[in-house]
Amino acid sequence: MSDPVTGIITPVRLEYTYTPGVAASRFLKRIASKEIVGQKCPRCAKVYVPPRGSCPKCGVPTEEEVTVADSGTVTTFCIVNIPFAGSVPVPYVSAHILLDGSDIPLVGLLQEVAAEDVRMGMRVKAVWVPDEELAPTLLSIKYFTPTGEPDVPIEKIMEYRDA
Amino acid sequence: MELCGVIGIGQTKHDTARTDVSIAGLVREAALRALEDAGLTWSDIEAVVLGKAPDMFEGMMMPELYLADALGAVGKPLLRVHTAGSVGGSTAVVAAHHVQSGRFKRVLTVAYEKQSESNAMWALAPKIPFQQPIVAGAGGYFAPHIREYIRRSGAPSDIGIKVALKDRLNALKNPFAHLRMEGITLEQVAASPVLWDPIRFLECCPSSDGACAMVLASEDVATRNEPAWVLGTAVRSEPLGMAGRDEINPRAGRDCAEAVYAQAGIKDPRNDIDCVEMYVPFSWYEPMWLENLGFTEIGTGWRLTEDGVTALDGDLPVNMSGGVLSSNPIGASGMLRFAEAALQVRGRAGEHQVDGARIGLGHAYGGGSQFFAMWVVSGEKP
Amino acid sequence: MRDVAVVSFVQAPSVRRDPARNEVEILMPVVSAALEQSGIPLRDIGFTVSGSCDYLAGQPFAFVMGLDAIGAWPPIEESHVEMDGAWALYEAWIRLQEGDIDSALIYCFGKSSMGELPEVMSMQLDPYYLTPLWPDAISMAALQARAMLDFGSHDEREMASVAARSRRDAASNPNAHLSGDFDVDVLLKEPYLVSPLRKHDCPPISDGAAAIVLVAGDKAREICERPAWIRGIDHRVEAHQLGSRDLTVSSSTALAAEQAGGRGGAFDVVELHAPFTHQELILLDALSLSNGARVNPSGGALGANPMMAAGLIRIGEAAQRIMDGSAARALAHATSGPCLQQNLVCVLEGE
Repeated sequence: MSDPVTGIITPVRLEYTYTPGVAASRFLKRIASKEIVGQKCPRCAKVYVPPRGSCPKCGVPTEEEVTVADSGTVTTFCIVNIPFAGSVPVPYVSAHILLDGSDIPLVGLLQEVAAEDVRMGMRVKAVWVPDEELAPTLLSIKYFTPTGEPDVPIEKIMEYRDA
Repeated sequence: MELCGVIGIGQTKHDTARTDVSIAGLVREAALRALEDAGLTWSDIEAVVLGKAPDMFEGMMMPELYLADALGAVGKPLLRVHTAGSVGGSTAVVAAHHVQSGRFKRVLTVAYEKQSESNAMWALAPKIPFQQPIVAGAGGYFAPHIREYIRRSGAPSDIGIKVALKDRLNALKNPFAHLRMEGITLEQVAASPVLWDPIRFLECCPSSDGACAMVLASEDVATRNEPAWVLGTAVRSEPLGMAGRDEINPRAGRDCAEAVYAQAGIKDPRNDIDCVEMYVPFSWYEPMWLENLGFTEIGTGWRLTEDGVTALDGDLPVNMSGGVLSSNPIGASGMLRFAEAALQVRGRAGEHQVDGARIGLGHAYGGGSQFFAMWVVSGEKP
Repeated sequence: MRDVAVVSFVQAPSVRRDPARNEVEILMPVVSAALEQSGIPLRDIGFTVSGSCDYLAGQPFAFVMGLDAIGAWPPIEESHVEMDGAWALYEAWIRLQEGDIDSALIYCFGKSSMGELPEVMSMQLDPYYLTPLWPDAISMAALQARAMLDFGSHDEREMASVAARSRRDAASNPNAHLSGDFDVDVLLKEPYLVSPLRKHDCPPISDGAAAIVLVAGDKAREICERPAWIRGIDHRVEAHQLGSRDLTVSSSTALAAEQAGGRGGAFDVVELHAPFTHQELILLDALSLSNGARVNPSGGALGANPMMAAGLIRIGEAAQRIMDGSAARALAHATSGPCLQQNLVCVLEGE
């Protein structure tokens, strides 16, 4: 008996044409002009950023568009110490950021701040790519960085968890 | 509703890469052990329910088609469940419903993951042009929630270390466990690199190849086999991206526990349940789920861990097998929790047996802490 | 067996490619309409189960997007199969047999247009012996058609007749997107696509979604004037390797039909999930129906074939004809896997 075969490699390449969808398309187009647009649920009035065309809680279509700020508050975060392919140099901070005017945090990269100085409640703002690189993708926001404003008290920021 | 009993339990040796078997060989290893335990052969099985996590983990679409032969399912009903990380538990629940519906007397249920066959990190992060790339892995997803739990509960920072040590020591008593770290100490866990602050390397689950299988049977068949009787099953799901959702103490988990306790006639889970196998992929989830499952007041789960209540010889042992921290074939991880709970109440858990365990809870969760599956099993017929 | 009926069925009009909407945006109005038609809000539905496929969506956890669109709050009792929605319906039917809940929502969706479907389907084959050879879905079906023709049970004219009838029927189905009036003799002069299959023997690639509400017992009668009662439902799978089964017959369909009480029966309407023309002929042989049932009045999968939904749509189309009073007894069928590997049969009746 020769050596057993313990594995074969089958390279797979599949190409897909993704459809962001109606709601996300509108969001992405506005991102390209440095505007962050969410959608407000007609029933519970929560503002979703990015919008998905429906409210996950109420199950109804969302149409009303609301422009939210490109600044917000860190609700929680982690410090990533292991590098992943395509990631920024470690350590870096992956933070949940509740943009002013939005009711759901989005995950963003924090930079221009030492990881150990990041706090829950820290105020941050988006740093956009240069205008000529703006495109309909979330990558148009390079990262978020502290604004220097005073922290929001923890009790205050946790009010968004009201489900 | 018909009574359902677990009459056969099998699992593979879990490992980083089971290059000695194909995917079919892996599921068969678990299934044959379950059949042997049940004293049955393939032809006795009337239906097969298969579960696993995303198809892209092995690079195989709808693998139940290829596995139909290996699972002895040819000529039988074969269903494939996928509910993210909770899938092993959900699959067992679907299989139990097959029996409880009165339609089937002997059902084989199998769950697996053979992560070494593809690249899970790639599978989880396809480069979709307009989406934000995931750059932090699963730990990066859960670490911020753990940070929030620590803040809320005021838990000492070493609770995660204590859970990790306990589960790693328990794994030494489980011959099937993937990670078996002889001589592991608190200091070693504490000194392991902090990958996703606040999560340390040794507070994380591994990535494993492995499978789990069970034979579930109707009352008349099960009575002859010293079964673990299924007293209750429940699944609950809630949206991932819902404004205001509490990912630290998710309502779906609380509702699911409430439902399964009601079915099983459990009024005081802390006293009525003898042992728990819960889905803890990162050690801090033990105190979090202890609260979510109603074993203790909100904010106090860590005290049970700290006081040794969840130790193998404690008052409420948790993850006697070593848990997900010691073996994590993702699709099977939930079913392993269910199967280990059943092993305990059958008194067949070997070295990690809890003395006199009568009632056990199996728990699984998945997605962004949004999919829950649970069952309560007992060695005594209800 | 507990009496369970289809009380509402809604599908998205299938299209070759929906350029604007994502899967969830296609699905959402379908689910709302199905619930509305049943008069049961999601919070009162006992069990929800969906069918979808990550390899169609080109990303993992496609079903989470669906869950996030339907309003699953407070949390719901929910499950998901990585299979056609017909199998989701089977899981719901099993769940309803236990008697503690009375209703179930089943939904499914698939945008087959996103990837190169024939190649994507190669991913569902044996990963060691078949996928590395990249046999595409059409070529595999052609092997089966060749086996059937060589066996002599049917000929190419019968296949073309299936195509002509299906495309003609699809013309009066607003949810189908491939239709037309074709002459069999003209079709037979067309060149082969993959011999012995011509283009007309193959299904279109479709984007779509569907939802059904099942309700048990008298509650179904309260909701619906003519509920479509499930009198039998069963599914069976065959061996995977094409070489280890007889491709000219569908033994799993015969067995499932037998178990569901449909084999050899008389039906007003039969909706078969036969993506390729020769597969309808093989399925009809397996069913051995006793009368001249109307086959695929919707145009079947040859008129619209949204993956993961086309099977559930067959059950819905059959049920719809009972609900609207145009049929008293119907049989629906769904398939999965290469060359009819797995099959489900559902027998539906009016009161």
